[in-house]
Amino acid sequence: MLRFIVKRFASALLVMFAISVLVFLIFFATPGVDPAARIAGRNADPATLAQVRHSFGLDRPMPIRYLLMMRHLLIDRDLESFVNRGSRVIPQIVQATPVTLSLVIGAALIWMTAGIIMGTAAAALRGKAADPLIMLVGVVGVSLPAYWLGEVVNLITQKQLHSSVFSWVPPPGYVGLDHPGQWALHLLFPWLTLALLYAGIYARLLRGEVVSALNEDYVRTARAKGLSERRILIRHALRCSLIPIVSLFGLDFGALVGGAALLTEVVFGLPGIGKLTFDALQNLDLPVIMGTVLYAAFFVVLANALVDILYARLDPRARHA
Amino acid sequence: MPDQPLLDVRDLKVSFRTRRGSVTVVDGLSFSVSPGEILGVVGESGSGKSVSMLAVLRLLTSPNVTVEGEVRFRGRDLLTLPDKEMRAVRGREIAMVFQDPMTALTPVYTVGWQIAEQIRAHEKVPRKEAHARAVSLLSDVGIPDAASRANSYPHEFSGGMRQRAVIAMALSCGPALLIADEPTTALDVTVQAQILDLMRELNAEGSAVVLITHDMGVISQIADRVLVMYGGRAAEEGPRRAVFHGPRHPYTWGLLDSVPRVGGPRLRRLPTIAGMPVAPGSLPEGCAFAPRCRLRHDRCEERPVLRDFGDSAHRDACWLPDEDRASLRLTSRATATDVPDREREATP
Amino acid sequence: MSTVAPELATAEARRSPGPWRTAGADLLRNRSALAAAVVLFLVVLATLCAPLYAAHIAHTDPFQSHVSGTTVVDGKTVPVLTPSSTGLGLGVTPIGPTWDPAHYFLGADNQGRDVMARLLYGGRTSLFIGFTAALLTCALGTVVGVVAGYAGGVVDAVISRVLDVIWAFPVYLLAICLSVVLLTDGLHLGPLTVEAGSLWLPVAIIAAIYVPYIARPLRGQVLVLRNKEYIQAAVGSGAPTARILRREVLPNVLPTAIVFVPLMTALAMLTESALSFLSVGVQPPDASWGTIIEDGLGLLYTRPAVTIAPGLLIALTTAALNVLGDGVRDALDPGARLRGGV
Repeated sequence: MLRFIVKRFASALLVMFAISVLVFLIFFATPGVDPAARIAGRNADPATLAQVRHSFGLDRPMPIRYLLMMRHLLIDRDLESFVNRGSRVIPQIVQATPVTLSLVIGAALIWMTAGIIMGTAAAALRGKAADPLIMLVGVVGVSLPAYWLGEVVNLITQKQLHSSVFSWVPPPGYVGLDHPGQWALHLLFPWLTLALLYAGIYARLLRGEVVSALNEDYVRTARAKGLSERRILIRHALRCSLIPIVSLFGLDFGALVGGAALLTEVVFGLPGIGKLTFDALQNLDLPVIMGTVLYAAFFVVLANALVDILYARLDPRARHA
Repeated sequence: MPDQPLLDVRDLKVSFRTRRGSVTVVDGLSFSVSPGEILGVVGESGSGKSVSMLAVLRLLTSPNVTVEGEVRFRGRDLLTLPDKEMRAVRGREIAMVFQDPMTALTPVYTVGWQIAEQIRAHEKVPRKEAHARAVSLLSDVGIPDAASRANSYPHEFSGGMRQRAVIAMALSCGPALLIADEPTTALDVTVQAQILDLMRELNAEGSAVVLITHDMGVISQIADRVLVMYGGRAAEEGPRRAVFHGPRHPYTWGLLDSVPRVGGPRLRRLPTIAGMPVAPGSLPEGCAFAPRCRLRHDRCEERPVLRDFGDSAHRDACWLPDEDRASLRLTSRATATDVPDREREATP
Repeated sequence: MSTVAPELATAEARRSPGPWRTAGADLLRNRSALAAAVVLFLVVLATLCAPLYAAHIAHTDPFQSHVSGTTVVDGKTVPVLTPSSTGLGLGVTPIGPTWDPAHYFLGADNQGRDVMARLLYGGRTSLFIGFTAALLTCALGTVVGVVAGYAGGVVDAVISRVLDVIWAFPVYLLAICLSVVLLTDGLHLGPLTVEAGSLWLPVAIIAAIYVPYIARPLRGQVLVLRNKEYIQAAVGSGAPTARILRREVLPNVLPTAIVFVPLMTALAMLTESALSFLSVGVQPPDASWGTIIEDGLGLLYTRPAVTIAPGLLIALTTAALNVLGDGVRDALDPGARLRGGV
């Protein structure tokens, strides 16, 4: 067990290191790309360019630059933004984290519940009229661009029907957890918007898994035992279908917490990690980008580790492997 | 024949809707099982043996399947029983064991849990008691250290152990009838014998058994009566002794002759049944076996019915005249065994 | 072609139709997939007619701003843009939908450009990027997956690690990273040069980030295939690797790769529109459905049609692609699963 944990930990570190190097290389080593030129502006003269290079440390060799940045980020914890000089990276991330976590955890609860119910119901009702109907909802969910849906939701709740049905909807933005009611109210539509997309994905995926599980021999055995269809569906077919779903959930959840929810955050004015990363990217604010990317990698890795544990709980075959 | 059969199947017909139209897989099959007897159902792959047994338990759930006919179990027609009553029959009165023990158990639950689940589906017993019964059932079927093995998962069992566990599960509610679909096919020969012993013991305790197999050897060891199926129909039916010593249908001859013998004269070449098993969907109008039969004649265009010649227990579906069968079998065996060219010329 | 005369059925059964033919017949029988194909065909046809619509019906150049232009509504000449009456008076309110195909059918954007004509042109861009990116990803992913799965050993270990890292990382962030870097200067990779404003830039970026989505499942398939007896037999009989890959491995993974094409096209179109919405995708003067949504953002509360119409088109097209993809999957390889798409 100890060996497993050590191995898991080492591979997690490796992944984080790989991601940070990957992003570092994207920004500093892409052929034909000069970050100094981006920072100094399009038509900067060579002298300015050289000065920029020096003051941002861009004239040092690449590995040194990487190590320096990592040292400031992880050891001295005083890495500063390139764009807003003086503003530190870590406090910005610390501030944005609860926003993203609130958004993603709430949405995840909604989409997992909806996805599991829709997918299982569609599989159980296959061959009947309800199945294609449920799956149509799933396809629509998968096919709507999340940001566009957010805009339309804003349009309806903030403008078209704001004076009648949706007068209770607050303006877009985020309210901290110290006002739980307002917190939930502000996040309600972002939750639903984000959840619709993933509910569609998971419902479609789960339907496929449950349908193939229902054709397995063990389901026939369960029927021959005289169990009720409901018990066969839930305790046997669904239970086994959840195994692949859970591993995908870990990936998606990690990615969303790591910043993949940025479109929803941008549209609903939520100052989360995704928004922070996106703003930093637009300004090529490299220290912030490295900070948020490492943060993202941390959650991706953490989510994967949690999935491994959950996987072993769900699938006894994985326990001894 | 005993007066009241336990299971009485009349004119069972199973057809599948496919993209090329309806395909009949079981066509007018009738048979019965008396309390406490072992019926061996034998036939090549695709002869409809498994499908007909699944139909009896209404386990063919695909919407493309239609099942017609009558399945009387203790006087009730199972095909028209409400779902809830049917569930009470499954697992409690009729239990079924399937061919592949590797996939027959749900991988995420312990073996003991799965047995207890069946007990609790039919009887109101506390969880603990159900588990205790599961342990003693596992020990009954010969699993050593059953108390701890009950907490193992299916993947931790070997194939033979798993089949024992599946049988323990089938026995958990003391069924009056056990349907075993090729229970030994996926197992090693040594394990096969142990599983057959288990079936025999179970039968000694009073359960009737329907044993589906393609192995005449298995049938000869264990069955009281034999039902030979071909092309979704019954070809021959009778007591084991009668079928093995005086087989009447040319298909049964073929099956028996193609079993290698340890003693007796060495054959240059094992006789086989010429041709391919008939595909469901291209069944001929008349006798299903006619296209492969060396003795077919004009009459075979007409579909034969099961009939007996004197012994009412031993019946077959063939148009050959009763009195000529024995000699016809000898000649047909000779042609089947001989290699049809030089060697035949060499013999005077 | 799907119906066989009953008397031919037995003869046909002996020489059974090949897997491709069966799959084709299955697909033709699938009514929702057929409907989706018709919808897709109509969308593609409409976007192909974009120049005709702009030149002969709307009589407008959708890439030229018409700040002081006028148009005719109900016989009266009205300006396309009216100065905003609210706020500081700095903004403009373009004309709304007139539902008259000749005169700003869906209204104008804030530069007075015909939204309907821009939608048709934008659709060309979106479909082009989605489809080429999907083809490229599927081709690249198949090569990477087959090489990793068949080569095994160190090659497989290295490729798999890289795929794992990209697979776990948020794709949109990766895409935005690449776009931000490449937007100003374009891509210069040896002899390969993609200019900064080129449509091939988003194509290359989207194709690159989704490679693991294809390569990982295919690698798994090849790993299973490698241990199949007929492959072992081919290896044992001394067949050259290239021949085994071409004759035995590729035909087995190809159905899965093909199943992924329509689903991946849907995914790529959504990604393109998101990047364009964030103004790191398609660059002006080109328009795509994503950029039109972005153009409409400032007008969301006054002229929502500018935002809603392209979004509906994206949703319609991707939904059609997904349904068609489901049909292709059911016909060719029911077990195939694409992350995010299915």
